[in-house]
Amino acid sequence: MTNQVLTGDTATESVTETTARYLKTRHLKDVMTRYMMAVGGIGVIIAIVLIAVYLFYVVVPMFMPAEVDLAAEYRAPGDSSADTLYYAMEEQAEIGLRADNQGKLVFFDVSDGRVLQEHDVLPDSDAAITAFDAGDPSQELLAYGLSDGSVLLVQHRYKITYPDDKRLISPGLYYPMGREPTRVSEDGSAITQVSAQYDGDNTTIAAVTANSELHLVSLAREESFLSDEAEITRSDAMLPLSRRASHMILDVDQRELYLANDDGSISYYDTSDKSAPVLIEHVQRVVPDDVRITSLEFLSGGISVLVGDSRGHINQWFPVRDENNDYSLQWVRGFSAQDHPITDITPEYFRKGFIAADESGTYGIYHTTAHRTVKVVDAGISASLKAALGPRADALLLEDGRRQLQFWRVHNEHPEISWQSLWGKVWYESRAEPELIWQSSSASSDFEPKFSLSPLAFGTFKAAFYAMLFAIPLAILGAIYTAYFMTPKMRSMVKPTIEIMEALPTVILGFLAGLWLAPFVELHLPGIFMILLLLPVSILLASYGWFKLPDKIKKQVPEGWEAALLIPVVVLATTVAIALSIPVEKAFFGGNMPLWLTNEMGIGYDQRNSLVVGVAMGFAVIPTIFSISEDAIYSVPKHLTTGSLSLGATPWQTMMRVVLLTASPGIFSALMIGLGRAVGETMIVVMATGNTAIMDMNIFEGFRALSANIAVEMPESEVGGTHYRVLFLAALVLFMATFVFNTAAEVVRQRLRIKYSSL
Amino acid sequence: MTHNIRQWIKTGEPWIWLNAGAVTVSVLMVIGLTLLIAVRGMEHFWPAPVEAFRYSVPGEKPVLFMGQRVDEEQVTAFRAGLAKRVDPNQLVSRHLYKTGNRDFLGIDFRWVNALDMENLEYPDEAMVVERREWGDFIGVLKAVKRGDTVIESGTNVWPLFQRVIDESTAIFDEIRHIEKDRIGGINYRIERLRLQERSLELDGVTGGPEFDALEAERQSLQREYDSYTRRLGELYEDLNTYSFVATLADGKEAEIPLSKVVRAYRPNAMSLVGKVQFYLAKIWEFVSEDPREANTEGGIFPAIFGTVLMVIIMSIIVTPFGVVAAVYLREYASQGPLTRLIRISVNNLAGVPSIVYGVFGLGFFVYFLGGSIDKLFFPESLPAPTFGTPGLMWASLTLAILTVPVVIVATEEGLSRVPRSIREGSLALGATKAETLWRTVLPMTSSAMITGLILAVARAAGEVAPLMLVGVVKLAPSLPLDGNFPFLHLERKFMHLGFHIYDVGFQSPNVEAARPLVYATSFLLVVIIITLNLTAIRIRNTLREKYRAAEQS
Repeated sequence: MTNQVLTGDTATESVTETTARYLKTRHLKDVMTRYMMAVGGIGVIIAIVLIAVYLFYVVVPMFMPAEVDLAAEYRAPGDSSADTLYYAMEEQAEIGLRADNQGKLVFFDVSDGRVLQEHDVLPDSDAAITAFDAGDPSQELLAYGLSDGSVLLVQHRYKITYPDDKRLISPGLYYPMGREPTRVSEDGSAITQVSAQYDGDNTTIAAVTANSELHLVSLAREESFLSDEAEITRSDAMLPLSRRASHMILDVDQRELYLANDDGSISYYDTSDKSAPVLIEHVQRVVPDDVRITSLEFLSGGISVLVGDSRGHINQWFPVRDENNDYSLQWVRGFSAQDHPITDITPEYFRKGFIAADESGTYGIYHTTAHRTVKVVDAGISASLKAALGPRADALLLEDGRRQLQFWRVHNEHPEISWQSLWGKVWYESRAEPELIWQSSSASSDFEPKFSLSPLAFGTFKAAFYAMLFAIPLAILGAIYTAYFMTPKMRSMVKPTIEIMEALPTVILGFLAGLWLAPFVELHLPGIFMILLLLPVSILLASYGWFKLPDKIKKQVPEGWEAALLIPVVVLATTVAIALSIPVEKAFFGGNMPLWLTNEMGIGYDQRNSLVVGVAMGFAVIPTIFSISEDAIYSVPKHLTTGSLSLGATPWQTMMRVVLLTASPGIFSALMIGLGRAVGETMIVVMATGNTAIMDMNIFEGFRALSANIAVEMPESEVGGTHYRVLFLAALVLFMATFVFNTAAEVVRQRLRIKYSSL
Repeated sequence: MTHNIRQWIKTGEPWIWLNAGAVTVSVLMVIGLTLLIAVRGMEHFWPAPVEAFRYSVPGEKPVLFMGQRVDEEQVTAFRAGLAKRVDPNQLVSRHLYKTGNRDFLGIDFRWVNALDMENLEYPDEAMVVERREWGDFIGVLKAVKRGDTVIESGTNVWPLFQRVIDESTAIFDEIRHIEKDRIGGINYRIERLRLQERSLELDGVTGGPEFDALEAERQSLQREYDSYTRRLGELYEDLNTYSFVATLADGKEAEIPLSKVVRAYRPNAMSLVGKVQFYLAKIWEFVSEDPREANTEGGIFPAIFGTVLMVIIMSIIVTPFGVVAAVYLREYASQGPLTRLIRISVNNLAGVPSIVYGVFGLGFFVYFLGGSIDKLFFPESLPAPTFGTPGLMWASLTLAILTVPVVIVATEEGLSRVPRSIREGSLALGATKAETLWRTVLPMTSSAMITGLILAVARAAGEVAPLMLVGVVKLAPSLPLDGNFPFLHLERKFMHLGFHIYDVGFQSPNVEAARPLVYATSFLLVVIIITLNLTAIRIRNTLREKYRAAEQS
């Protein structure tokens, strides 16, 4: 202020101005800091929330219903007076194919029905088409059964080129057995049912003729070593039929043949030997008495058979092997979302899903593994008679009875996921019974992904269980002693030592468990169990011995140093147990305990087993449990204990009746946090177990945990695919599980804090 | 007696002793584990003597063996497969020998029954040659050759051999320098030119001066490249002139080019000083060299480098965010149920499994953010991803999120320990809240922040599971920091100590050869992490003392 007086008005003004500006800047800085802190703080919190949100964001699409939309509607291309036999689409779902009963094949643009190419597959034959079937959709094979007893095979193929960087798809036809139809029935009686498969080398044609004979023709192409010409060897077989067949299908591997009969039964043939097909069984009453089989189709892979009937139900059957290695056709699951006769079933090319169309103009999207009716759509037409799904299962052609054709776009990304398929028992193809299996991928294309999280969750909890079994006694007993009985000097050394254990990278624990502990345990198994027995016994003996020692010696060591006194005892007991291991093994277990367990007790033994994981992971969670429960016991108000002691209770009684009781919520919270850590631990379970997804509590066998599964499979999974999302779901499950444990622990801990402050 | 026991039980002593036993067992386990890692990790570098013996299994032709003993165990004869010859229950010892010479014998480790060993001796002239391929060679040196002519043999061959090794190592180093730094740099620049060209094409430019300039630059790079290849050709010729002849244990002769030799030593003839020197040199090699032979030999420098760099980048990200969040929670946010909820979730996050962070990092950072960055900024290299693939930046970010709760909790604790009186004093003197914070509170909290940071670094250095998903590889072709613009390559994949342990221990084709290195790597990691943690504990304790003083004054 004196400054102002001395320097006059103008200066005063400028100084005031400067001060004001200075104050303003300071204020501005203050406000800015406040906002910066708020933005930063809230930003971090948002980032944290983002994790949960993002996991949900990836997982949720799996549970979204499928969507369909009608993209185009037009008259069936080609000869509209002829009846349609079949529709198909190529990979990109840009070009469609229509086969009619006049022998015409029309390629058309699916977006508007424009005809691109028209072919006549029977240019100079007098024979009429009397039967038709398409082989496995991925083979793009069509089989025409003719009235003169012959069969013509046609493949529709698509060539993709990129002139001027634009995709051009050019369709074409190929006749694997030549332009001339292959004669099947010698007497020339008309073919009433036909089914054929062609895999590039081998062709099998199955045909039923008007005189009720089943013919099986196998054509094997063998490349000659000397010339380029291929030789075709043909074998024929004939079986008389006693029932009238309404549908016939041959599987893609050309090994199984199914006939649906008018009486509602299914005949199941084994055609592995093409010259001598064997009838395995007639399955009676596949459908109830007054119901007809209206559709018969394979699921992709050619193992399961889908039977559509006049009630609108679809049932899945597949051959199951019994104890005697005999196959029989078993009903697996049924779908009954539609209520009019099923006219056509079109399976997906690569997944275990299908679409069924019925007479009322409705179609349903299903998935068998998940036992899921994904969607039932009323197409708004009088009837849907023919349906064809594109190879990527993203497009559908649907024709009504009056040659009106609809083109639908289908968005059905994750039909294989349902509550049942994730957590429940599912009857997978080629399995004897419903099971819980995790098997996410395989080399073969007809593979049915098995996404059951149950064995993985089981593995996670098995690991956590054995880890806790090992950790709880050591950690809690240790905490009790450290917090209450130990001298402060020793405590200040012991506590940091055990807490540093927490920081030990689990990859090191896992590596030691897998490469050092596992072989060691295998070699000294009896010794390990003897440690469990000898340690407590020798500690008690030491205690008694100390008790009996004359007071003069006892006075040398102040109270609270028992743990240090026990070091030689523990070392000795462990050494003795390990040293005795081999003699004991020789005496009682035939010199090899793991072998003895397997042979004599029927208990499987893996080198990397749950015992090893239990020890290693127990080691990892001991510090967590120890540290928190030690804090809880240590912070029990001192006046409680002194009160108890002054009333004449022994220190142990005070411990049990006063301290533990007061600190029990804290110990509970320690256990919860320890459990959370055990559940989420990854590296130890990856490295110290065999990672096989078995469900067995056997301590001598391994498991596959959720976390290990994520670590192993995540890098290979396709982004956005079902497997990827299921792995995200596994991560979400882990997240939720630890969240529940930690929140419980946190809430209990906060209550405890309030309780202590009021004591 | 019974009275005595009853009295003893009544005092509660047995229970107390049992509790004490639990502490003893826990502490002994920690110490035992650390010792195990230390001993196994450090003994590997010591030059073990080469033993030569005759191994005569009845019914088989006797074989002469030479090798270094690396392990031994006692098993019953039954397990050793000797049940027919001795009492099946008798204990026999088995030794694991590193015999080397994988290219001649097919295997380089062998279990040998002590029962059948004869004439054990330690020949002075036995030498171990570390090679760049096929693992170690163990044998006796006979001659050194240049081309096809023997230039030295007999007793003086050893000093000459050492000299020639030094020479060829110098040549080899130059070759590696040219290949890795020079030619690697040219390749990198050529690749950048290709990307620039592609980016011009994407902009619709298909010719003109810009293209010509690029082409000219490419030409000049190509010329530079050619001159380097010529130089390389000469160097390779020099390198391949020398070779040495040595006999194997069974007397067979082998000729091995010197270009494959890293070092040669005769452990049995070494003095103690020589052994210590050798030991130190090996340890230095371990921490400073690149790995050889699918990571089972050589050093782990790239893994150390990757770990350190990743941790530094993570620290740069995590510190400001963690501190700001803690300051907000403690100083600015009103202490209501919302803040409590936030605090619970922060604590919770510290307990979320690390693999979940990895999954999040892969999905959100790598595929979502990285994919978007690629589309926006690196369209020229598509479909090859730049940031849309696991890499250093995403790994650092993921670990930053993973460790942010650690920093928040530590900083908050520090803030809560700053006495109220200091804050009030500052405010009473007219300082704004921000000034109070900057000038008094935060400086006093700095050691708490450092504690938090150290703990975060220790956690990040040991974490492997999330890194497996977001950026770690078993063998990175180049370091993420090098002499090529822009020097720090955040999009590159990197090597990491923890992952190195997992990979070499569990994915390695030659587990026996790899095992000592895994122990050594583990030991290094344990030392780093224990040091960091002890530092944090030390800082925390001094801090507590300091505030206790401040509060009392």
